[in-house]
Amino acid sequence: MATPATTTTGTVATGGPPAAGGAFPPFQTETFASQLLWLAITFGFLYWLADKVIVPRLGAILADRASRIGGDLNEAAAMKAKAEEAGAAYEKSLAEARAKSQAIAQETRDKVNAQSNERRKAVEAELAAKLAQAEETIVAARTSAMSNVAAIAAETAAVIVERLTGVKPTAAVTAAAVKSTTQG
Amino acid sequence: MASPIEQFEIKPIVSFGKIGNSEIAFTNSALFMIIAVGLISLLFVYGTRNRSLIPGRIQSLAEMGYEFVAGTVRDSAGHDGMKFLPLVFSLFMFVLFANLIGMVPGAFTVTSHLIVTAALAALVIFTVIIYGIAKHGAKFFGLFVPSGVHPLMLIILVPIEVISFVSRPISLSVRLFANMLAGHIALKIFAGFVATLLFAGGWAVLSPLPLALTVALTALEFLVAVLQAYVFAVLTCIYLHDALHPGH
Repeated sequence: MATPATTTTGTVATGGPPAAGGAFPPFQTETFASQLLWLAITFGFLYWLADKVIVPRLGAILADRASRIGGDLNEAAAMKAKAEEAGAAYEKSLAEARAKSQAIAQETRDKVNAQSNERRKAVEAELAAKLAQAEETIVAARTSAMSNVAAIAAETAAVIVERLTGVKPTAAVTAAAVKSTTQG
Repeated sequence: MASPIEQFEIKPIVSFGKIGNSEIAFTNSALFMIIAVGLISLLFVYGTRNRSLIPGRIQSLAEMGYEFVAGTVRDSAGHDGMKFLPLVFSLFMFVLFANLIGMVPGAFTVTSHLIVTAALAALVIFTVIIYGIAKHGAKFFGLFVPSGVHPLMLIILVPIEVISFVSRPISLSVRLFANMLAGHIALKIFAGFVATLLFAGGWAVLSPLPLALTVALTALEFLVAVLQAYVFAVLTCIYLHDALHPGH
């Protein structure tokens, strides 16, 4: 021990002898009571804290979060179902509207067709009536014109005969003569 | 240089007098027990004071710790074992924090004393026995009688079961105590080698070897600190499972 390395041996000497009795510290029974006392106090407090505060609080936090997440998921699923329902309803109303519009278009087309047909028939009937009337007028004019022609011819013949002969023929003779020539 | 076992000495800070041979005092051991419980309270009570739906960093850590212990209890002791969650939680956190605080240089390791680990193991085993008998009465002793075995075999098997049951608290306490003690001694010795070699002339060139070993051992000791806390908690759960379901 009495070597030149005094510094190292010196520290060994001061720190060297372990405990007072020289016993291994974990087997020094005189410290047991004190350790047990403090263990009971500190661990007892920790157990009380865990039982009354830590475990209930953390359990509540985690349960709360789990229920919140579950609730949100349910809500999202409900909303999705609702949206799908709305989509289906929209599709349905769209199809209905389309069918309705087609029906209306068809109806309108039919109505317009019928109306125009009717009007055409009316116009045709009117035209036919006018045509018939015009033909009638023509026929009447012609017959009246023809009868005038006979009268004029009879008069003209009477005048001519009177000039040539100096004798005025009777109306009946001239008329018969005109008639016989026009028909001959 | 200090002796490798000096770090385990119990030193009174405030003495309250003696009962017989035993000194009742506020010791370094008591101080570190209070530090451990204080840090646990800080993390799990102060850290969760907001009860946030979206946790912050400290609350996340507290939740992870809680879920880890709760998961261990659920897996090992079953759903009806959840009523022991506060006990297992306290045991796991106390041992874990005591072990980890012991890794701080100069700190005292509460769990390196057999009396502390033995007291915790005794707490577990008495909980098992008292709860088992209170709940199942004499049926609790069916734990020692394996079912479906020839009656003659029971003459051999029952004593084995009894011995295995009795050795549980011993193994539970000695495992933790020995791991912490041996780890800290090994660290101290290898760290001591570094200093010794540095002052041994030419041998100083070898000093990085024990230094590297000390670094590696420190990492190993952190693993052991966490692992031993977990082992203590898991074994507690398994023993509690026996109390809940004594039938094999």
